[in-house]
Amino acid sequence: MALSRLSSRSNSFLKPVTTALPYAIRRHVSTDTSPITIETAVPFTPHQCEAPSRSVETSSEEILSFFRDMARMRRMEIAADSLYKAKLIRGFCHLYDGQEALAVGMEAAITKKDAIITSYRDHCTFIGRGGKLVDAFSELMGRKTGCSHGKGGSMHFYKKDASFYGGHGIVGAQIPLGCGIAFAQKYNKDEAVTFAMYGDGAANQGQLFEALNIAALWDLPAILVCENNHYGMGTATWRSAKSPAYFKRGDYVPGLKVDGMDALAVKQACKFAKEHALKNGPFILEMDTYRYHGHSMSDPGSTYRTRDEVSGVRQVRDPIERVRKLLLSHDIATEKELKDMEKEIRKEVDDAVAQAKESPVPDASELFTNMYVKDCGVESFGADRKELKVTLA
Amino acid sequence: MSAIIHGAGAATALSTFNSVDSKKLVAPSRTNLPVRTQKYIVARSDASKKNIGSGLRVRHSQKLIANAVATKEAETSASTGHELLLFEALQEGLEEEMDRDPHVCVMGEDVGHYGGSYKVTKGLADKFGDLRVLDTPICENAFTGMGIGAAMTGLRPVIEGMNMGFLLLAFNQISNNCGMLHYTSGGQFTIPVVIRGPGGVGRQLGAEHSQRLESYFQSIPGIQMVACSTPYNAKGLMKAAIRSENPVILFEHVLLYNLKEKIPDEEYICNLEEAEMVRPGEHITILTYSRMRYHVMQAAKTLVNKGYDPEVIDIRSLKPFDLYTIGNSVKKTHRVLIVEECMRTGGIGASLTAAINENFHDYLDAPVMCLSSQDVPTPYAGTLEEWTVVQPAQIVTAVEQLCK
Repeated sequence: MALSRLSSRSNSFLKPVTTALPYAIRRHVSTDTSPITIETAVPFTPHQCEAPSRSVETSSEEILSFFRDMARMRRMEIAADSLYKAKLIRGFCHLYDGQEALAVGMEAAITKKDAIITSYRDHCTFIGRGGKLVDAFSELMGRKTGCSHGKGGSMHFYKKDASFYGGHGIVGAQIPLGCGIAFAQKYNKDEAVTFAMYGDGAANQGQLFEALNIAALWDLPAILVCENNHYGMGTATWRSAKSPAYFKRGDYVPGLKVDGMDALAVKQACKFAKEHALKNGPFILEMDTYRYHGHSMSDPGSTYRTRDEVSGVRQVRDPIERVRKLLLSHDIATEKELKDMEKEIRKEVDDAVAQAKESPVPDASELFTNMYVKDCGVESFGADRKELKVTLA
Repeated sequence: MSAIIHGAGAATALSTFNSVDSKKLVAPSRTNLPVRTQKYIVARSDASKKNIGSGLRVRHSQKLIANAVATKEAETSASTGHELLLFEALQEGLEEEMDRDPHVCVMGEDVGHYGGSYKVTKGLADKFGDLRVLDTPICENAFTGMGIGAAMTGLRPVIEGMNMGFLLLAFNQISNNCGMLHYTSGGQFTIPVVIRGPGGVGRQLGAEHSQRLESYFQSIPGIQMVACSTPYNAKGLMKAAIRSENPVILFEHVLLYNLKEKIPDEEYICNLEEAEMVRPGEHITILTYSRMRYHVMQAAKTLVNKGYDPEVIDIRSLKPFDLYTIGNSVKKTHRVLIVEECMRTGGIGASLTAAINENFHDYLDAPVMCLSSQDVPTPYAGTLEEWTVVQPAQIVTAVEQLCK
C-alpha cells in the first residue's frame, strides 16, 4: 500500500525492479544484506568501451549506509559553513555539499587498499575514507588534534592508513601524483587501483594529459575521475573547454560518463573502472555532479549562475533525497526513522564541533616539526657548535 | 676551540654507527660521534693524513666510511682504490643503491635504453629492467609529480632532469608537493626522492641550457640541496641522497662529468650536510662549490706562489649550509671570499653572505666578498661566456684585495 502511494507521485527516478517481500510487510530500519537490484535513472555514456549495465546490485544495508554517510557529510559541510562565518575557520574553505554521492558511491565499490587522491575539496572524501569528524573539524580550526596537526588546513587532509593521499591546493597537480601512486601499486604488485580525482577546471591542465599519456604507455592502474560540477570557480564549462565531453578527452583511453548525483550509478561505474584498470590500464570517469555552495566560502556562487538553477538541482537531483525516496519506496525505513537518523547525525556533528572547539592549538615548537625526517643529523648549529640554532626535524 | 657536542646531539647513541644492520647504517655525523670532532679538526689544521685515515676509516666491510675530506693523499694511502670518471662514479653509486634496495628506481628522459644523455644510467636498464629504469616521455611536470606520488607510497625514485633547466617545468611539483607534503600532512608522508641532473654553464650551450637552478630552489622549505664536485663526493652524495628520507636535489655540473679520480673500493657515503675542506690555510677562507672549486684551486696555485695561504672549502651542502665548518674557518682566518657560479642576484652566495654576516660578524676583519656570475643570460659566444663566469684571475685579484 505504501508503495503504490509513493509510485503514484514518484517520477521516473524510481523503478524498483525486484523486491523479495510482498508489499504489505514493512521492513524496519534494516541491516538486511540480501541483494536488491536497482536501475539507475540515467544511462551511462561510454567512450571506447562497452557501458556497464544499468542494474546495480545493492542491499538495504548498503542503501541505508549511503543515506547515513551522505547525511553526515552534508551536515559536516553545513557546520563548516557556519564555523567559517563565525571566523573559526579561516583562509579557504571549499565545500562539497551536493557532491556527496561521489564520495559515498566510490567507497562502496573499492577497498581501503585502493588509493584516492583529490584536490582541495576534500573534506567529504576524507570522511568517506574513514576519517573522524572531530579530526576534520580540528584541522579546519587549526588545532593540534587535527588530522594534519593543524599544519595543513582545509586543503590538506590526508589519511595514510586508509590510502587517502590528500588534499592538494594547486589545481591539477594531484593528477601526476595519482599516476605515481598507481605506478607504485603496479611496481609492488598490489592489485589495487588509484582514483585520481579532479574537477572540470583542472581538466584543462597540461599535466593531466602528460600523466595520462604515461599511464597509458606503462599500463598503470590509474582511474582519472573528473568531478564535473559545471563551474571552474566562476567559469562555466562551455566557456573554458572547447570540448566539454571530459570523458572523451582521453582519446585512446576509454571513458564513461556517469550521473554523479546517483550514488548507485557512481558505485557501478567505479566497480567497472576498477576491473578495467587492473587489466587494461587507465580509465576516465566523468561524474556529472553539482555543488550548492560557491567555489569556496569567499564565493557567493550566485554571480555566475542563477539561484533558480541551484534550487532546481536541489529539488530534482539531490543525492540524499534520491536515496531517501529509495529507502521509503522499498520500505527499508520509515519517514520517522530517517528523520530520527538525521537528528542523531546532527547531534553527532554538533558534538564533534564542540569537541574540536575545545582542542588546543599547536605549540610554537610545532612550527619546526615535520620539516625534515630526522636523518643524518639535520641540525643547524651556530659557531662553536655550542648553540643549537634550530633542529630541522 | 671547544667544540662540545650539544646535549641533544650527544643523546643519540653511538650504537647507530656501530650497528651492523645494513638497513640502519647511518653516516656518523656530528650528532652521534662525540669524539670525532676532536680528531677531525686537529687532523685538518696540520693536514696530517694519518689522523684522517686512521680516525675515520672502519675496517669491517659492512660499515660505512663517512669521510668528507677527499685529499688525494688519503686516497692513495688507503687500500687500492679504482680510478674512474665522475659520471661512472655516479653510476656506481646508483647501481649499488639499486642493488641494495629494491624500492629504488630511476625515471627520466632517455635514462633506460639510451643509457642516459651523460651516461650516468648506462647499463642499468639491461640489468634492472624496464620497470626500475623508466624512460619517460618529455613531460617534466608529470613525471616529477609521478615520482613524488610514488615516493608517498614508499618507493624511492631517482628523478633525472636531462638538464637542470628543464626542471623549471616541474617547479610546482618540486616546491609544493616534494617540499611541503611531509609538513602539511603532519608527518604522515615522507618523500624520499632524489632529483638530480646536470646544470651550470657549459661550453657554449646557450642561455636556456646553462642555468643554475640552485638559486631558484634554495628557498623551498623541506628539501635538501647538495652539489657534487669530485668523483669521490659524487658517489658518496648520490648514495646518501638515495638513503635519505628527505627529498634531496643533487646538482651535478655538465663540465665535470669527465673528471678522473681514484676512489675507494669499500662502500662509503658522504654526509649530506657537511662541507669539504679542500685545502687548509690561514689567511683567507674561500667558499665555493661545484665547478668553481676548480677555478679556485687554480687561483690557489697562483696565490701560494704569491705568498698567500688560502683555506678552500667546498661547501657541498647548499641547503642547509654547514655553518659549523664555515664558522670555524672564519674564526681562524677572519676573511671570507665566496666564489660561485650562480647569478649575483639571489644566488647561493647571496644567502651565504647573509648567513655569515649574521652569525660570524664579530670574527670578520673585512667585508664578505662574493664573486658570482653576471646577471645576464649566458651568451653563446665563447669569449662572452667566459666573462659571464668567474675566472681564476678575478679570484686572485679579489684575494689580494681582501688581504691588503
